[in-house]
Amino acid sequence: MDSEWVIDAQGLEKSYGSGASRFDALKGVSVQIAPGETVAIVGKSGSGKSTLMHLLALLDEPDKGTLQVTGQDAKSLSKRAVNELRNKEFGFVFQQFFLTPNVSVLDNVILPLKIAGMGGKERRKRGMDVLEQLELADKAGNKATTLSGGQKQRVVIGRALVNAPRVIFADEPTGNLDTATGAVVEDILFELNHSQGITLVIVTHDEDLAARCDRQIYIRDGLVVSQTTSNHTHSPHTGAHALVTPEAQTTAGGAA
Amino acid sequence: MRTKDLVATAISNTFRSKLRTTLTVLAIFVGAFTLTLTNAVGAGVSQYVDAQVGALGSPDVFIITQASDATTAGDGPVKYDAGSSASVSSQQGPPGTTTKALTDTDLNKIGDTAGIVSVDPIRAVQPDYIEYGTGTQYEFSINATSAVTTADLTAGGQLDGSASEAQLVLPDTFVTPLGFASADDAVGASVSIGITDILGEKHTVNATVVGVSLESLLAAGAGANDALIAELADAQSGGIETAVTSYGVAVAHFDTALSADGVTALKADLATEGYTASTIEDQLGAVQTVINGIVGVLNAFAVIALIAAAFGIINTLLMSVQERTREIGLMKAMGMSGGKVYTLFSLEAIVIGFLGSAIGAGVAIGLGSVLSAVLSQGLLSGLPGLNILLFEPTSVAFVILLVMLIAFLSGTLPAQRAAKQNPIESLRYE
Ligand SMILES: Nc1ncnc2c1ncn2[C@@H]1O[C@H](COP(=O)(O)OP(=O)(O)O)[C@@H](O)[C@H]1O
Ligand SMILES: [Mg+2]
Repeated sequence: MDSEWVIDAQGLEKSYGSGASRFDALKGVSVQIAPGETVAIVGKSGSGKSTLMHLLALLDEPDKGTLQVTGQDAKSLSKRAVNELRNKEFGFVFQQFFLTPNVSVLDNVILPLKIAGMGGKERRKRGMDVLEQLELADKAGNKATTLSGGQKQRVVIGRALVNAPRVIFADEPTGNLDTATGAVVEDILFELNHSQGITLVIVTHDEDLAARCDRQIYIRDGLVVSQTTSNHTHSPHTGAHALVTPEAQTTAGGAA
Repeated sequence: MRTKDLVATAISNTFRSKLRTTLTVLAIFVGAFTLTLTNAVGAGVSQYVDAQVGALGSPDVFIITQASDATTAGDGPVKYDAGSSASVSSQQGPPGTTTKALTDTDLNKIGDTAGIVSVDPIRAVQPDYIEYGTGTQYEFSINATSAVTTADLTAGGQLDGSASEAQLVLPDTFVTPLGFASADDAVGASVSIGITDILGEKHTVNATVVGVSLESLLAAGAGANDALIAELADAQSGGIETAVTSYGVAVAHFDTALSADGVTALKADLATEGYTASTIEDQLGAVQTVINGIVGVLNAFAVIALIAAAFGIINTLLMSVQERTREIGLMKAMGMSGGKVYTLFSLEAIVIGFLGSAIGAGVAIGLGSVLSAVLSQGLLSGLPGLNILLFEPTSVAFVILLVMLIAFLSGTLPAQRAAKQNPIESLRYE
């Protein structure tokens, strides 16, 4: 049980506000994610996907339920240990880029290493390696604001990747990209999973992206309504239609 | 994050919004500039006064007067008592008060006090003119306390108190008018001093110039040794001995071996006997207190400017925190601790404070040095040795550190905001 799951969440509950304005965003969600897996969290807008991802990524604390990350109980971890865990083991890709403007692409990418306290030389080398891998090495010195949307999202992935994380959390990673650049970004993410075994947790309401993942967790009104498993093994494009359950289809259709 | 990286990040963040930073820095600049200048004026004047104290020398001398009686308005007339209130009034003491004069009995009593080595009355003499050879006669005055002080000499030597020969230390402004080629030329020359006695008869007294001194703020007039003063006083009295039986002020030498506490105790002893004793330093202390007061008021204005600037820093940083909400959220999501975020924004405040104060102090030193040089040639040329603006490295460093401290304190509120920011709230985009 200990090392079987990277993330093991049981009965997570989370509500916002209090009294009359209290809103239960999650009403008891259990999720288990194995190392090297790609998992999609799918649901309509407002269904609680981001809330769930924030809890799994230790960005927020649940009101109820237990959460084990890499075998450690999240509650028992100190603030400092949680920060360190997020810094070393997790990578983040958000719907918006959140790149620091007027700072070079390289400096944006190496921000997690800077936070980790790595020396200047080492982090520049690691940053350049990642940019090389993402075919952005020639843009290293450019200001982040001068890049196109697709390039920016690749920089964001570079930033999520630079600390060699165990898990990358991506919240609507292709949400504001056109279909073609979105597909490129998806390819990069799945390639990372494929070649480096990085676990992917992708929040999306894009059914095609969800279908490329090993597993889909459908969420509605703060509850898991169904889970499906793709029958493909490392051949993302085959059998994408077979796995969609009727229930999931309605959910996905509503969100689109 | 490493401290080095934090500092570098803070510096580069400061320059991200150039206009805003410039305006905030400008506000601090005004405060730091003013504070540096006022401190320099304080230091310059202080140094001058210290130099004057040095010139007056004689740390073993008391200036003694009768303790001023409380004969203020409203008390009604005090009954005459031949024993104690014999010789009333002199021009000594603050305006609006009357001070009783010292009699020979008083002098004996002071002289008998343990710790006092000798006591001499100061006899004010009012010469009419000074003349060298048969040249022009110039109006002339003698500093009554010159016998016990040390002149700031440009040529020759100090007065010899025990010499029987009449000696004079000439202010350097008299050298050329009297017809001497140089200060050195004047030393050794014999000059004549004209004086009118109380009966209206004119006398001349000859004296030898032993030194030439710089004009001093606190000891105006020429210096004369005891022999010359005695000769002039005799001439002035017109041979009527009874004319001078009371003195406004006496000078007492005390035991040089006395410690500072011993001197204080001796002052207390004299006070119980009814005399006010003050050293030359005590008297100059009063001058310095006034100057310090003026500098203090100017400093207060500078500090007010700095407080205004502090609000500028708070405002700038609050805007910065607001603008960078997402960036802060992202850094926290990526594992940066609240403490580091706090440090980052505090450092930004300190960087702004440092920029404003370093530029302010630098410009103040540059402009002040020019101004000081111009003034000492022009407006203040009558006070040789006065360097009106004195920039001491320690006080400049103090100003810069003070401003950085104020900036740090101003930064606490915005930094706290940033540190407490919830990363999820910051990263929400729906
Ligand atoms: N800080 C908050 N305060 C109040 N309600 C919130 C807050 N954050 C999220 N919610 C609500 O919780 C629900 C789930 O939000 P979220 O997890 O962001 O949904 P999703 O990512 O699936 O669109 C939404 O109805 C949202 O309005
Ligand atoms: Mg969301």
